[in-house]
Amino acid sequence: MELYQLTIHELHDMLKKGETTSEAITESVLSRIKAVDGKVKAYITVTEEVARAQAREADKRIKAGDTSSPLLGIPIAVKDNMCTDGIKTTCASKILGNFVPPYDATVVRNLKQAGYVLCGKPNMDEFAMGSSTENSGFFITRNPWDLERIPGGSSGGSAAAVAAGECIGSLGSDTGGSIRQPASCCGVVGLKPTYGRVSRFGLVAFASSLDQIGPITKDVIDAALLMNVISGHDERDSTSANIPSPDYTKALKKDVKGMKVGLPKEYFIEGMDPAVEKAVRDAVKTLEGLGAKVVQVSLPHTDYAVATYYILATSEARSNLARYDGVKYGYRTQSPKDLMDMYMKSRAEGFGPEVKRRIMLGTYALSAGYYDAYYKKGQQVRTLIKRDFDEAFKAVDVIATPTAPTAAFKIGEKSSDPLQMYLSDIFTISVNLAGIPGISIPCGFTSSNLPIGLQLLGKHFDEEAILHAAFAYEQATEWHKKRAKL
Amino acid sequence: MKITKQEVENVAKLARLELSEQEKEKLMDQLSNILTYVEKMGELDTKGVEPTSHVLDINNVMRDDVPGESLSQERALSNAPDKAAGHYKVPKIIE
Repeated sequence: MELYQLTIHELHDMLKKGETTSEAITESVLSRIKAVDGKVKAYITVTEEVARAQAREADKRIKAGDTSSPLLGIPIAVKDNMCTDGIKTTCASKILGNFVPPYDATVVRNLKQAGYVLCGKPNMDEFAMGSSTENSGFFITRNPWDLERIPGGSSGGSAAAVAAGECIGSLGSDTGGSIRQPASCCGVVGLKPTYGRVSRFGLVAFASSLDQIGPITKDVIDAALLMNVISGHDERDSTSANIPSPDYTKALKKDVKGMKVGLPKEYFIEGMDPAVEKAVRDAVKTLEGLGAKVVQVSLPHTDYAVATYYILATSEARSNLARYDGVKYGYRTQSPKDLMDMYMKSRAEGFGPEVKRRIMLGTYALSAGYYDAYYKKGQQVRTLIKRDFDEAFKAVDVIATPTAPTAAFKIGEKSSDPLQMYLSDIFTISVNLAGIPGISIPCGFTSSNLPIGLQLLGKHFDEEAILHAAFAYEQATEWHKKRAKL
Repeated sequence: MKITKQEVENVAKLARLELSEQEKEKLMDQLSNILTYVEKMGELDTKGVEPTSHVLDINNVMRDDVPGESLSQERALSNAPDKAAGHYKVPKIIE
């Protein structure tokens, strides 16, 4: 077993016992990146020198007897839409191609305090807009389980890096499924916290009422450990909730006796891969066998979620991306005629096709005469979707669904039809509209050896319930121990 | 919903995006398809339903007005495409 193959908690135990050093772990990860990233292409930037310096620092702390932080000396990848002071943060966009943030995102600040090692900034769909990482402005990331397939998106680099052993854990961001869907595609664990649980300060904004940062890891314990570091109130994000964060590891219990698991009929639809349906139904049976009670629930407005999302998310994006004007930072066109020409050309040359499409859609939806029919209507349907969950959670503790209707699709398969691509998010999108937490964990493989994800959803600020159910399931199964062969 | 070329051009201007002829043609089709799909929201009766702009019950977050750490001029300008004398520099805007 190589060090890069281990989990955060396994490596922390070894560090505590003096069986290894952060430098050794970091070198193991860096050489793994050298060996396989030519194939996987998970990273936009590998922060070799920073990683080595942070590892030496961590080893000093450990030598001095300070081993209280489970993240101390552990190599973590941070999605390239979270600001890292002095380290290029591109959002996989040419418009931010040379952007070097002068400050850290709050999550990065928290990780630094915990003594982490930054090993790199993974690839993503440009501005987190996409479900396959094919929309990166730079290059395509490949799925470590099958290099001809997508790793999911938009946090495709973050998930592929974890699955390929090119980091020990990573951070992703999730606006409509961008942590959970790539985690599912790559056979790893991905958690989207409740909206407001984790600070968004320093996260490049896509859709501000939906965006949330969360962990992508090899198992559920690691997800809880990263949650302990990143969650909590932040004065610099006025939408972060001012409520105490629990110790998430306390929620990890094997016993789910009496837990009520809801199964929504709207999430088992025609057109989904039968292997996915079977794996998810088997997973629910496993939970039942562990003492959980399965209850049928209904989320009647599920079918409207994708439509609602693409109006609301693009409208918010349209406002958020207005800041890229070629003045204060980012790309500026060469020799513009005048100021207007500078705006028009800088944006035309800097943004990729999917980002332009979404800016156009959002601008249309917000333009005079259409506001009520699209934006306001979308916000009203959002209320109905949220109420569906409020109602369902009166009867159950968690809801179990597939994370995605199919396993990872082939590169190029959906890239010519934006609507088909949007529909691959049907099981993850409602969760962001409702603001509730969701986790994707491995629950099986298709006949072509592609990972399948089980999604567990909880009430607002009840990450503990989904971590609890996920941990119990993980302890009873072996899926999370399978690693992609590269 | 069928989007015309004229509409694509108007929206692009509002969005400050210069589009090629090819991009305009493509966007006419793609936006028409997406908006047709989105029209399914119209099947729902939402009369009297409160719009949700934000899922949490947080309003008007205040803090005391005390100076804190801020970026130096040099750092604030460090990513500027063009700068002069401690300012961002842009093309002439007054003739």
